[in-house]
Amino acid sequence: MSESLMSDGSLAGRAGAGLRLSAGLAALWRVALVRRAVVLAGLAVAWQVAAVWQNNPLLFPTFTDTISALVEALAHEDLLPASIASVTVLAKGYVLAVALALVFVSLAIAVPFLKEVLLTLTAMFNPLPAIALLPLAMLWLGLGEASLLLVMVHAVLWPFALAALTGFEQVPETQRLVGRNYGLKGPAYVALILIPAALPSLLSGLKIAWAFAWRTLIAAELVFGVSSRAGGLGWFVYRNRNELLTDRVFAGLVTVIVIGLLVEILFRLVEQRTVLRWGMQR
Amino acid sequence: MTVLSPILPPVAPVAPLAALPVLEARGLTLDYGHGAGRVRAVEDVSFTLAERERLVLLGPSGCGKSSILKALAGFLRPAAGTVSRRGKAVTGPGPDRIVVFQEFDQLLPWKSVTDNVAFPLRVAGGIGRAEARERAQAALVKVGLARALDAYPHTLSGGMKQRAAIARALAAEPDVLLMDEPFAALDALTRRTLQEDLLALAEAQGFTLVFVTHAIDEAVLVGTRLHLLAAHPGRTLASFDTAGLGLAQRGTPAFEAVVRDVHDLLFADGARHV
Repeated sequence: MSESLMSDGSLAGRAGAGLRLSAGLAALWRVALVRRAVVLAGLAVAWQVAAVWQNNPLLFPTFTDTISALVEALAHEDLLPASIASVTVLAKGYVLAVALALVFVSLAIAVPFLKEVLLTLTAMFNPLPAIALLPLAMLWLGLGEASLLLVMVHAVLWPFALAALTGFEQVPETQRLVGRNYGLKGPAYVALILIPAALPSLLSGLKIAWAFAWRTLIAAELVFGVSSRAGGLGWFVYRNRNELLTDRVFAGLVTVIVIGLLVEILFRLVEQRTVLRWGMQR
Repeated sequence: MTVLSPILPPVAPVAPLAALPVLEARGLTLDYGHGAGRVRAVEDVSFTLAERERLVLLGPSGCGKSSILKALAGFLRPAAGTVSRRGKAVTGPGPDRIVVFQEFDQLLPWKSVTDNVAFPLRVAGGIGRAEARERAQAALVKVGLARALDAYPHTLSGGMKQRAAIARALAAEPDVLLMDEPFAALDALTRRTLQEDLLALAEAQGFTLVFVTHAIDEAVLVGTRLHLLAAHPGRTLASFDTAGLGLAQRGTPAFEAVVRDVHDLLFADGARHV
């Protein structure tokens, strides 16, 4: 490229092309996705260099080995069904817990005493890692989806209930009065005033709850993977570790991370179209 | 309330067209808190509001003028006395009495300016989306917001937000407009323009208004009648007819004389109670 610029001969043309190039790069750099991609590429390079340096595929496979194991496991092994199984169980537990939390929060707002109950329960259970409930869940509900659902509901319910309660309580008084002024009552008042007004807190609660649920699920699946015939992602990781297929263990972990990133992007998109666009959150 | 009919005759000459006052407060007493911590905000305040009248509640802070407005709107239940609209007791808030608040966050941040104005038409008036938006935009053009129809409230200046809030109230065509110090949080220049624009709209549309303020010149300018209140607790001090004092009279000796009289009245009372 510099050859062709040299042959152009004119210094001004060279400087102009350089300027254009740097302006183009600056414009690219302003795209968040590009910056993220650069970070990821940097990490991948660092990983590859470190793994080649170590030269111990059994303990630390290279980035390229991991990617080929990932492709292989997706195409010929049960990584895809395992991922689908995990995401399905997660969705069930998440929806169940969020619905329960909304019922609890509604009751807590309606009855002052129940608010005390909810705050006490949240203070008690929030610090208790959901995975610590797994032995009890297995004792009560056996090895199966029900146990997974129990620990996941526990992981999601308390942080989300707390965020939702805070969100509803922080709805500005003026907006409440405006809603009542229009004659809104009951469910219409909640749906048209309270929920949109509390949306920043609700969304951040959903985001925190999602991360808790995903972590808890993968950890629980490491213990047993019989939630469905395919087992989950955690079970995939655990099984391959037992067979010392370390590149597949890494492939499983990469899948966990990628699904996490995809959901994060989904939340970002929702935030951009709602609370950020409305200036309710910076 | 049973005493309603005996007091009707003296009101009738003021409002010959409407048999009943648009809004009436009778012996209004308002308390905050419960039990031992109960504080009396307003004591035994009465007034009536006829069609097309602009009543200003004026007084120092602590005179309960905003509380009275909240009671008129139906947000606050009186400890004693009644509020009635066209002879019917007010029992709760409703879209027949749209309130314009002082706070800028009265516009719902998740709706564009047009949708903010159209929203009460849709939920309270049962009007379809297209027609509601059309009426909303017409109202917004009237208050001078033609360029901000699709903007979200957080992108507007304070003055534009209050304009949008006024358009929201006008478009809903309530029986009576209630305004709680709508210009108090604005800079002096914006306040002055908005006062003038509000008066022009009032002349053009002839709406009925209750306006709360602590600024005497604003009260004389906006109101056709002033209801002066003393503080701690809020009580009626006097009533002034200022129907003849509008934009054209601003700064004239007659206007200033009324401002001075009102000031002396409020000040004398304040000196007695502080």
